[in-house]
Amino acid sequence: MSSIKIELRNEDVDFIKATCSKFNSDPQELINVLHSCQEHFGYLPAEVQEVVSGHLNVPVAKVYGVVTFYSFFTMTPKGKHPISICMGTACYVRGAEKVLEEFRKELKIQVGGTTSDNKFSLSSLRCVGACGLAPVVLVGDKTYGRVAPDDIKGILKEYEK
Amino acid sequence: METIKLTIDNKEIDVHRGTTIYKAARELGIDIPTLCYMELHDMGIENNPAGCRICVAEVEGRRNLAPTCSTKCEPGMKVKTHSTRVLNARRTVMEFILSDHPKDCLVCSKSGNCELQDMSHRLGIREIPGQEFAATSTYRKDTSPSIIRDLDKCIMCRRCEMMCNEVQTVGALSAVNRGFMATVAPAFEQNLEYSTCTYCGQCVSVCPTGALTEVNHVPQVLRALNDPTKTVVVQTAPAVRVALGEEFGLAPGSIVTGKMTAALRALGFDYVFDTDFAADLTIMEEGTELLDRLTRHLKGDKTARIPILTSCCPGWVNFFEHYFPDLKDVPSTAKSPQQMFGAIAKSYFADKIGINRKDMVVVSIMPCLAKKYECQRDEFSVDGNPDVDYSISTRELANFIKQANIDIKNLHDEEFDAPLGESTGAGVIFGATGGVIEAACRTAYEVYTGKKLERIDFTELRGMEGVRSATIDFNGLPVNIGIAHGLGNARKLLDEVRSGKSQFHAIEVMACPGGCIGGGGQPLHHGNSEIIKARAAAIYAEDRKKPLRKSHENPFIIKLYDEFLGKPGSEKAHHLLHTHYFDKKKKIIVKK
Ligand code: SF4
Ligand code: SF4
Ligand code: SF4
Ligand code: FES
Ligand code: FES
Repeated sequence: MSSIKIELRNEDVDFIKATCSKFNSDPQELINVLHSCQEHFGYLPAEVQEVVSGHLNVPVAKVYGVVTFYSFFTMTPKGKHPISICMGTACYVRGAEKVLEEFRKELKIQVGGTTSDNKFSLSSLRCVGACGLAPVVLVGDKTYGRVAPDDIKGILKEYEK
Repeated sequence: METIKLTIDNKEIDVHRGTTIYKAARELGIDIPTLCYMELHDMGIENNPAGCRICVAEVEGRRNLAPTCSTKCEPGMKVKTHSTRVLNARRTVMEFILSDHPKDCLVCSKSGNCELQDMSHRLGIREIPGQEFAATSTYRKDTSPSIIRDLDKCIMCRRCEMMCNEVQTVGALSAVNRGFMATVAPAFEQNLEYSTCTYCGQCVSVCPTGALTEVNHVPQVLRALNDPTKTVVVQTAPAVRVALGEEFGLAPGSIVTGKMTAALRALGFDYVFDTDFAADLTIMEEGTELLDRLTRHLKGDKTARIPILTSCCPGWVNFFEHYFPDLKDVPSTAKSPQQMFGAIAKSYFADKIGINRKDMVVVSIMPCLAKKYECQRDEFSVDGNPDVDYSISTRELANFIKQANIDIKNLHDEEFDAPLGESTGAGVIFGATGGVIEAACRTAYEVYTGKKLERIDFTELRGMEGVRSATIDFNGLPVNIGIAHGLGNARKLLDEVRSGKSQFHAIEVMACPGGCIGGGGQPLHHGNSEIIKARAAAIYAEDRKKPLRKSHENPFIIKLYDEFLGKPGSEKAHHLLHTHYFDKKKKIIVKK
């Protein structure tokens, strides 16, 4: 596990506290509390887990256990430009995997990872409903269709500033 | 309760509704193999994640095999525990577990005492098909002052997690990750050292494999024994003498005090002393503190904190430093017997034999893994020289004796050396839950009332319930005593103290279920609580055999105060025999 040391600001701690209170500080609600926190922070750094642990009275090891058990929780922040590659059937058939492979090579990160300069992160998605454009890549809010491995360098260049 | 009838392997049996197939079979004398399942009967400890599936059996009319450790009996059920299908399934499960397990049994510290190895043997596994393709998950090895975690050997039975969370309520360990990379780890997969672990060692004492073991200090002890410039002194805790024999095939509860003494002498220790002596000393100091606080409290002195909590268990000390630092002025300041012994050995005794403390090595034999950490604490050393140099567990001592091919069973009993080897029955009973407070009552009663005790055995303080209480009549003054063993039980009493609801004047806490006889360094009980009970019985038998059974009657204790310490609670006694506690409620340091 790699973890990034962050300082929580007071308002962050307040947000976590309020979230726990919203769920009556019930240890059974751990997953829901973590969901809300991830929605707010984008990811679940160790420090957030510690505060949650304290307020729900669940050992921090257990909180970490839950975060690492469910794949929808992540401990790495999304990059400034989150890249998502559609892995739905249509995109897959039209070579999404090769596109993903190219992104991995270019950015030197795995799916779920973030580049060390925090610029890009990589994830895969289910069908985004644009099958006609397959294979589909999303960078932030922008959609790219009919993406071929050769296009990757160009796409990344658009964000190189 | 409703009883139901079923058949297991063509034998009929009546059981209470709610009984598992596994337990019903056991009543019939059918021993279904189990791996993840573990129960400490009548201690309220049970691990039942139904994870390993070794215990499966065929239930007529069901499509899938049922894990018997968690499947409840139903009326009319027909169960087969050794059909071909069952045997094949068990073998497959076992092969699967072994395919992701290191094969270095030859040099594993659990070898010969490993439940996984035994199971492989029992199921007759002779090869692991497909292992050339099977990937193995690998984890980093983690060494703390007391415990080594080698999770490559983890089979995810989750017994450790149950012990740490449900029994001890420490919560240092949790199952983390999923699938192939699943393991049991502290938060953020940090080293155990950065967690709230108390080093009670209860996870180690239930781990079926070599995934959790103690740090081995035998090599260091061997080196010291080999060094002609060192005088090597050994002390043995009370719980060791009633358990060591098990490692040599003797029945649980065998008392091997004299043979152990002889073996230690044969190993080459220069002085073979007894921690029980220091236990008597602890009673003098802790008992004095109890009476002092109690009398001041009764006079209305608000600064006298009541209840007083015992402080001789370092696992327990770690626990309250982590979880109840706000109460750190409540426990007695008396050091543990291990540390009192070290402090006296390296001052009084070193002077007596005319050597410098730096030329003395103090080794302790303990039922405990927390003592390994304890003796490394900074406050227990003088100019970097620790009062106790090495603490080795009962298991390590047994291994040491075997290495040295000493035939302990046939040794003649020998006595401890004087002066730090003399002890009373009060020192002996420190090894069992309730023993410390009973020993304290024996002395405090006589000191407080000035009368002789008519009945030395405070049987009301003994037993195996997790939380016990009794009121002892100090000649008209009712003294309320609380006892907890297992940290989860201690937490209950501490919560009451914190909220001001506690009715107790004194509370004894031991981190390990059963007290030190069930310590993390003892021979493994493999889920048999009868073993722990047999050790407790042996402790009380040893006490009854002693001519002196009250700490303040120990002639060498009296002499120690006369010659060296002055009175209990004197300035010198405080300097050598008392300590202070720290607030460890720290945030976990996240390391990159
Ligand atoms: S030694 Fe005790 S506190 Fe530490 S991890 Fe094991 S069970 Fe938990
Ligand atoms: S470390 Fe030992 S006790 Fe814990 S889950 Fe693994 S095998 Fe079981
Ligand atoms: S109860 Fe005994 S063996 Fe267990 S941690 Fe305390 S002192 Fe050690
Ligand atoms: S499969 Fe990719 S958009 Fe539908
Ligand atoms: S012993 Fe029953 S599932 Fe492990």
